[in-house]
Amino acid sequence: MPNSLVIRGLTKEYVPGKPVLSDIDLAFGETCINAIIGPSGTGKSTLIRCINRLVEPTSGEILFDGADLARLVGTPLRQARRHIGMVFQEYNLVERLTVMENLLCGRLGYVSAWKAWRRKFPTEDIERAFQLLDVVGLAGFAQRRADALSGGQRQRVGIARAVMQEPKLLLADEPTSSLDPKTSVEIMQLLADVARSRDIPVLINMHDVDLATRFADRIVGMSGGRVVFDGAPAGLSDAMLKQIYGGEDWLQ
Amino acid sequence: MKTGSPILISRADPFPKSLWPRVATVALVVYVIYACAQMEISWERVQTGLANAAHFFARLFPPNFARHELLVRGLLESLQIAVLASTLGILLALPIGLAGARNLMPPWASWPARALIVLARSLHPVIVAILFVKAVGFGALAGVLALTVASVGFIGKLFTEAIEEISSKQVEAVRATGAPFPSVLAFGVMPQVFSRFIGFATYQLDSNLRNSTMVGIVGAGGIGGTLFAAFQRFDYDFVCAILIAIISLIMLGEVLAAGVRAIFIDNATLPELFRRRGLPRRDRLVEDE
Amino acid sequence: MVSITAAETTSRRVWRRFTGAQRTARFMVYLTIVAAIVAAAQTIEIIPEFLADAPEQIGDLLARMWPIDWRAYPTDVHSALSETIHIASLGTLLALMLALPVGLLAAHNLVPFTPLNLLARLILVSSRSVNSLVWALLFVGIFGPGALAGTLAIAFRSIGFVGKLFGEALEEAQPGPIEALAATGAPWRSVLTFGYWPQVKPAFWSIALFRFDINVRESAVLGLVGAGGIGMALDAALNLFQWERVALILVAILVVVIITEIVVMQIRKRML
Repeated sequence: MPNSLVIRGLTKEYVPGKPVLSDIDLAFGETCINAIIGPSGTGKSTLIRCINRLVEPTSGEILFDGADLARLVGTPLRQARRHIGMVFQEYNLVERLTVMENLLCGRLGYVSAWKAWRRKFPTEDIERAFQLLDVVGLAGFAQRRADALSGGQRQRVGIARAVMQEPKLLLADEPTSSLDPKTSVEIMQLLADVARSRDIPVLINMHDVDLATRFADRIVGMSGGRVVFDGAPAGLSDAMLKQIYGGEDWLQ
Repeated sequence: MKTGSPILISRADPFPKSLWPRVATVALVVYVIYACAQMEISWERVQTGLANAAHFFARLFPPNFARHELLVRGLLESLQIAVLASTLGILLALPIGLAGARNLMPPWASWPARALIVLARSLHPVIVAILFVKAVGFGALAGVLALTVASVGFIGKLFTEAIEEISSKQVEAVRATGAPFPSVLAFGVMPQVFSRFIGFATYQLDSNLRNSTMVGIVGAGGIGGTLFAAFQRFDYDFVCAILIAIISLIMLGEVLAAGVRAIFIDNATLPELFRRRGLPRRDRLVEDE
Repeated sequence: MVSITAAETTSRRVWRRFTGAQRTARFMVYLTIVAAIVAAAQTIEIIPEFLADAPEQIGDLLARMWPIDWRAYPTDVHSALSETIHIASLGTLLALMLALPVGLLAAHNLVPFTPLNLLARLILVSSRSVNSLVWALLFVGIFGPGALAGTLAIAFRSIGFVGKLFGEALEEAQPGPIEALAATGAPWRSVLTFGYWPQVKPAFWSIALFRFDINVRESAVLGLVGAGGIGMALDAALNLFQWERVALILVAILVVVIITEIVVMQIRKRML
């Protein structure tokens, strides 16, 4: 796998002296589907969002695609973001736009603002959008308004939007937390298929451990802002889970 | 072991007479009496006035359209003032309103913009018209400038409020795709505020139409000047004709505005517009008049 | 990357944001707007020299207004200012009293008698379309100059505003509770007080407060046509070219308007 993401010494403090992320060292690129698990508030979401700088890291390096993402500002940052696709917990679609327009948002980094405003996207982009709709199982939905879709359908659009960017890396911030169990499995399957077919790593922040062990090639367990487990799902013992999450009752 | 007669339990009155509304009503009545006395409004004055009123209304009717060229010229000028003031006002209000949005813009941009908008709104358009008349002379220019200021104040304020109410998640997602700032505005912000913006803009056009019929009274052009002159000459039947013309123009404006809203907000087509009897009054808009 | 075969090219899917009919409608609107603007700009009688001169003239005017003549406040301005507030208050009260029945008549779900609805709507539209300044002119003609004309002007102008919004609030009232009350055999007046009024009460107060706020602004200018209030002091100062006094009056109006807005906002917060 050519792409690699190397995180070195990443620290984030919202309040000085109380770090949410402490000195994280991680490298991605060998494995395709990577799940990050851990209790709420342990910095999983912060870690994901530091990568594409939706959150500003306090210190550390994030090396990707030949640049340190933590240092970029302005246009280089924008251009780097084009290569990182993100899927959100609450889908974050633009409600008033159609599915097609939401998909085309993925190409905004590549099209001039004036052309985008007039909706004059290249025909290859339109064609790719239609094909992606087929892939995610939403053929014929192009003209529907985003707020007329169900949760699962919206997340499919969200995934398609991220893939429209032709990204080298996929980030997913609790993509299934707002969905019912059956749809969650479908979405995870879709994410896995998309990442594998494109041979790009995907980092999924999630709290459903069963789902994680089922789909992920590699699991990173976080607790208290630090990495406490990093390896294949098979190595995730009950004892290890207790260490990550604390308490036993939830372990059935 | 029950007794034959029911036991009466005394409970608190379920409809207690609360004090506040009564106090408020009494205070209100006292105030009305006081204010009337201050302004020398007495029942005798009203009565003499009513007697006068009958006489007055008789002179209004029938409306006299004899000087219709004058009337049409005045109306046209008012229309011109309204169109130009609305255009300028909308064009200016877009960037100023955007600059005032604290969730998108840094403080050095939002504070001056907000201050500008407050200033533009605070003075009545007629007063602003007077000042412009004194500054740039009589005529339509003063009217256009005055109503542009009023438009910027109104649309700017509502536009800023609309932008500050948008969902930041949608904007965040567009930003995460690496889109440049204008595209973030076009795809993340505008879809959320567009329909409300069209509502304000069409409303302001109507409002400017109303105001443009009035600024003439202070010399800023339009039918208001004709109206005032007719009044001072006691040409009450001409006054009546002018009023009818003004009301008709404004009603026409409201219908057109509703049509524009239907086309841009509900994506109506022309046949659909005509099929709709009674255009939907779904515009939950605040009138600023 | 997917390669596109000949067959796929011919059946390449196309995306249109709006249907043909929608685009025609939008285009007609654009065309009309542009035509209106061009026509207005070409025919309006504006002397270009005056336009170029404008910034300098405005600057000159502002310079003449400084320093503001504060000392004139107690003598000339204060009583006129109070009169303005009285005009706004009484005018709004009168309008509320008159607008309630008219608003009721205009609401079809309350008064299912269409001619009355239309008459009431006509009253409301006329009231709104005629400016408070024009109403003031009319009432000055009938009742003579003074605050009485001003109060009535404010009242009659506000009837349309209050009546329209109140009518809309009534039409949006949920039919459920009304149905329930009617089913108990309650008389019409009781259905009004117990079914409609509780639902529209918050909207009513909101409308009333909003209109009062606007009326304070409007009352300030009525004096320009002789209908009482601070407008008369403004008119006098303008005619005498006493710019410092004009500035004082403008500042006074500004302060009153801002205080009213704050007061109205506070009342809104407590009540709603």
